[in-house]
Amino acid sequence: MAVLLTKESKVICQGFTGAQGTFHSERAIAYHTNMVGGVTPEKGGTKHLDIPVFNTVAEAKKKTGCNASGVFVPPPFAADAILEAVEAELDLVVCITDGIPTSDMQRVRREMKGSKTRLVGPNCPGVLTPGVGKIGIIPGHICKPGRIGVVSRSGTLSYESAVQTAALGQSTIIGIGGDPVNGTNFVDALELFLDDPETDGIVLIGEIGGTAEVEGADFIKSWSGKHKKPVAAFVAGSAAPKGRKLGHAGAIVNSGAETADAKKEALKSAGVEVSDTITRIGEAMKKAMGI
Amino acid sequence: MDIHEYQAKQLLVKFGVSIPPGEVVYQTHEAENIVTWLNEDKIVVKAQVHAGGRGKSGGIKICKNNDEVIKTVDEMIGMKIITPQTSENGKIVRRVYLEKGYDIAKEFYLCITVDRETGGNTIISSRKGGVNIEEVAEKDPDEIHTMQIAPGSDLLTHHARTIVYNLGLKGQEAKQAQKNILAIYKAFTSLDAALIEVNPFAVTNDGDVLVLDCKASFDDNALYRQRQVAEMKDENEYDPLELEAARHDLNYVKLEGNIGLMVNGAGLSMATMDIIKYYGGEAANFMDVAGAATPERVAAAFKLIYKDKDVKGILINIFGGMMRCNDIAQGLVNASKEVGLDKPLVVRLEGTNVEMGMDILNNSGFPIKPVATMEEAAQKVIEMVKE
Repeated sequence: MAVLLTKESKVICQGFTGAQGTFHSERAIAYHTNMVGGVTPEKGGTKHLDIPVFNTVAEAKKKTGCNASGVFVPPPFAADAILEAVEAELDLVVCITDGIPTSDMQRVRREMKGSKTRLVGPNCPGVLTPGVGKIGIIPGHICKPGRIGVVSRSGTLSYESAVQTAALGQSTIIGIGGDPVNGTNFVDALELFLDDPETDGIVLIGEIGGTAEVEGADFIKSWSGKHKKPVAAFVAGSAAPKGRKLGHAGAIVNSGAETADAKKEALKSAGVEVSDTITRIGEAMKKAMGI
Repeated sequence: MDIHEYQAKQLLVKFGVSIPPGEVVYQTHEAENIVTWLNEDKIVVKAQVHAGGRGKSGGIKICKNNDEVIKTVDEMIGMKIITPQTSENGKIVRRVYLEKGYDIAKEFYLCITVDRETGGNTIISSRKGGVNIEEVAEKDPDEIHTMQIAPGSDLLTHHARTIVYNLGLKGQEAKQAQKNILAIYKAFTSLDAALIEVNPFAVTNDGDVLVLDCKASFDDNALYRQRQVAEMKDENEYDPLELEAARHDLNYVKLEGNIGLMVNGAGLSMATMDIIKYYGGEAANFMDVAGAATPERVAAAFKLIYKDKDVKGILINIFGGMMRCNDIAQGLVNASKEVGLDKPLVVRLEGTNVEMGMDILNNSGFPIKPVATMEEAAQKVIEMVKE
């Protein structure tokens, strides 16, 4: 049992027949993900990559019993696609799309209040459970089955983390994405890994902008007794100038609390093993676990 | 995307926000008509640059007669403004805003931003406006009021009323301020703004409530549906290399150091800047070859960095994922031929066919040093730049 994406997950792709949806669905199928179909409006009733295409998420759910979706829909329509999956009451929606307007995501946040669906992303590499399957764009061959949970705002840094923890392997890799308003955050992912009996240690990769890492640190501080796990972290952007957006829409320092150094301090004070460079995150994880 | 103060005011006034009468000029002679049209005893001349702290750097002057206005405009256009928010090179003034000056009774602070924690918006207000708000937050935290608006919700009258009472306003002034706050919020949500900061939000001696200075920035991801905002982009405010990068869909930010970077992924690009700093160097840029790191994109990005005169050495850090390293290496060698590479270039490639890629780089005949790890790459490029 890993988190979010398990052997029981039945996965669809929204934006299935587009270039991105096709390219990454092919790889997800090759990685033995249990993909049961895809959604592209107007293409319902056809087949793509040997699995059925539906016009709507509701129809896909009715016919396939799918409970998870990967969204590869272009930015102007992505928020609507997320909400379509939420209304169909899927358990998990992973939105890969980069470039969704913030106000659209604010609307998504409002509509999702009280919903049982979990959103991961947007602007993220997705979720991968080694040996089970993947939703998104994380390269499967760099991940190994094991007992480290990885949660990262950055895609490429989650790949670095996977490579460096190859000896221990990973339970699940969760890319939460680089947007200012998103679904799953560090606290949610930490909670999932803390409760997962197949996860022994957690790698947390943050970056400048916002205070989600500090909230994560506060949550880690609240762990007590036997209900706690070792955490290693890296926060990107120590060399970042104030007020400049670095690639991700959310990677911008507007105040002192949003700097990499402030976040590293918060994590250190919660007992997290913080690595100064991304190249030592594997070592930091081992150190935190006492191996 | 940031816009100028006068542009922000042009947008706000359409939503019913009260602003002083004013007009922008690009050349001194244009000011003559404007002063006649304004016909005021007191005119404020304001340099339009994307940087706060203009006032202390000579970018805001109060003038008492028309001759003084024209003389000031003449001095200001072409002037270099250096503030704590600009680089040490400062910014050249190309546009000047002329507006009616007022006798001010009260100055407040008002700011709307996206609240990343709640996913809604936050409105920050203070009775201590007209000064650096960060100093107020430090010395007088009780004077800063924050109000959170739920995600996707409108600002309601009772919200605006609460803000106005916190500012200590009563009667007509309270009514006017309330109307302005509702209108500014409407503008914020309608225009996909990321930040609207009004400082000062003022009450004049005559009891009028006005937005006197205003800073606005907008969500880049929403510009496709905000044409009037997108058209306000002033390319003079951007580094020429940043504009060129944007045309190639590359995420590029010019920085102060001398080591040019080319990386795939925003996070890895930041982490590469960090490791260079860790080993005592400084990056000349942030560069995320966004999207797939194809040989063509890698070559375009490489040529762009090569154009930067501050760059003394280049570090390329590509985590191939699904790309083949030999293709990327070939793309780099081809680009090196085109530019006649004579600066040290350190390359770290990770991914499929990495050994083939290394061989191509080693046998290129150019000063290209392939290395196996990011750690080694950072140390090597710093060492080579020092030589």
